[in-house]
Amino acid sequence: MLELKNVNTHYGQIQALHDVSITVNQGEIVTLIGANGAGKTTLMMTVCGSPQASSGEILFEGETIAQMPTSLIMRKGLAVVPEGRRIFPGLTVAENLHMGAYFSDKSTYEAQLQHVLGLFPRLQERYHQRGGTMSGGEQQMLAIGRALMSHPRLLLLDEPSLGLAPIIIQQIFEIIEKLRDEGVTIFLVEQNAHQALKIADRGYVLENGRVVMSDTGEALLTHDAVRKAYLGG
Amino acid sequence: MTEASLYFLQQIINGLTIGSTYALIAIGYTMVYGIIGMINFAHGEIYMIGSYVAFIVITGLLGMGMVALPVVLFIALVVAMVVASSYGWAIERVAYRPLRGSNRLIALISAIGMSIFLQNYVVLAQGSRDVAMPPLVSGSLVEFGSLETFQVTISWMQLLIWVVTLISMTVLTLFISRSRMGRACRACAEDIGMTNLLGIDTNRIIAMTFVIGAALAAVAGLLLGLYYGVVNPFIGFIAGLKAFTAAVLGGIGSIPGAMLGGLILGVTEALTAAYFPSEYKDVVAFSLLVLILLFRPTGILGKPEVEKV
Repeated sequence: MLELKNVNTHYGQIQALHDVSITVNQGEIVTLIGANGAGKTTLMMTVCGSPQASSGEILFEGETIAQMPTSLIMRKGLAVVPEGRRIFPGLTVAENLHMGAYFSDKSTYEAQLQHVLGLFPRLQERYHQRGGTMSGGEQQMLAIGRALMSHPRLLLLDEPSLGLAPIIIQQIFEIIEKLRDEGVTIFLVEQNAHQALKIADRGYVLENGRVVMSDTGEALLTHDAVRKAYLGG
Repeated sequence: MTEASLYFLQQIINGLTIGSTYALIAIGYTMVYGIIGMINFAHGEIYMIGSYVAFIVITGLLGMGMVALPVVLFIALVVAMVVASSYGWAIERVAYRPLRGSNRLIALISAIGMSIFLQNYVVLAQGSRDVAMPPLVSGSLVEFGSLETFQVTISWMQLLIWVVTLISMTVLTLFISRSRMGRACRACAEDIGMTNLLGIDTNRIIAMTFVIGAALAAVAGLLLGLYYGVVNPFIGFIAGLKAFTAAVLGGIGSIPGAMLGGLILGVTEALTAAYFPSEYKDVVAFSLLVLILLFRPTGILGKPEVEKV
C-alpha cells in the first residue's frame, strides 16, 4: 500500500534520512520506533511531501507521490495525525472535524461524522466547544477524528501517546486496533515502543536516519538489542 | 443641546465616516498578516488604484450620458472591486509567492518595491495631478441644531459610506464565520502547515485573502474618492499607513480588531482636527501607533503570539 525505496531526505545541508526503505501492506499496523532525533517524524512528514524526499521513491497504492505537493498527496486517501496533535485551537470541535472533510460531499461527510462521533463520544459532548479549551487526551481524539473525516485508507500517526495519561493511552491504542479491524491501514510512529510493538503486525527500528532492523512486532518485542535500547532492558 | 456638544457630535459623525473607510482598508492588512505574517505595504496602492478605476468608470459612464445615480455607483463599485482584486491577486503571485519561505524582511522589501512601482505606474498612466471626482452624491439628510449656534449635518455621502461599509463588513463576517472557504481561512491563520496537511491548497487560500482585501480597499477607494472629491496617485501612501495603524491598534490579525481600530482612529483624528490645528491630526494618529506598539503591541483585540513548542 505504501512503499518507500531508498529514500533520502535533507534539511538544507543536513541529511536526516539515509536510504530508508519501508513497506506497509494493506490492513497492517506497522510501527516505526526509535529514539528522539532518529528521524521518525521526518520520515512521516516525507511521506506527506513536507519536506520532499531528495532522492528515492515513495509509492502509495502503486502511484509515485514523492515529488507531488503536499496538498495533492493528502487528497490521495491518506491522512495524518501529526506530532503534537496540531488541532485548530480557535475552531470548534465541529469546525475542526469539518476541516478534515474539506473535499467530501455531504453524504460521505455525514456518514464519517457519525462514525467518528461513535468512536469518540467525548467529541459529541464537546461538539461546539473550541478545540483549544479541551484536555490533551480530548485534543488527541479530535486530531485522530479530524484525520478520519476524510475516510482515509492509510492513517499516519505520529506519537499519539505523547504526554497523555496511561489510561488515555490505553484508549487510544484500542481505537487504533479497532480502526485496523475496520480495514484502515495504520503506520504508527512511537517512542512508546512497548505499547506500539504489542499491537503492531510489523515494526521498523530507526537509528540516526537509517533503518537498522525490521521484523514482526512480536519478534522485536523479544529481541535483545531492542529490549536493551527501547524497552528498558 | 449646547453649541459645544453639537460641535462635538458633528466631529464624531465625521470621525466615524473616515474611520469606516480606514476599517475597510485595514481588513486587507490584518487578513494577510493573520495568515502569512507579513505586512503588505503595497495595499495602500490597491486602494488608490480602486479609487482611480472608480473615477474612470464614473466619468466614462457620465460621458456616455448615463445619469441613473444608483446604476452608475453600482457599476463603478463592481468594476473597481474586480480590477483591484486582480491587482491584489497579481501582486501576491509575482512579488510575494516566489519569496515565501525566505526571510520576512525580504518579502517586506518586495512589498515596498511593489508599492513604489504601482504609484509610479499610475503617475505614468494617469498623470500626477489631482483629478476631480464628479460630485455624484450631494446634499444632506439630516440637519439639526440652529443656524445661530451650530448646525449638525449628516450628508447623504456620509450615510452612503456607513451603509456600504456596514454591508461589506456583514458580508465579510458571514463569509469568514460560515462558509467553507472562510473556515479554511481561519484554519490557515491558526496553523497553515496543518491546513496543508489536510489536503487544502494553502496557496489558493492566501491568494483569496489578497483578493478579498483588495476588493474591500477598492470599496474604500470609491467611497473616499467621492467623499473628498479628488484622487491622485499619492493618496495610497498615507491612507495605507493610517489603515495599517488602525489594524495594529485593533490587534493585527484580528478582523473585528481592524474594524474597531479603524473607527477609533477616525474619531481620534476628527477630534484632534476639531480642537487643535488640523495639521496635528496625523501627528496624533501616528503617535497613537507608537504608543500602542510600546504599551500594548498586541492591540485591543489581538492575541499574544504564543511560541509553539
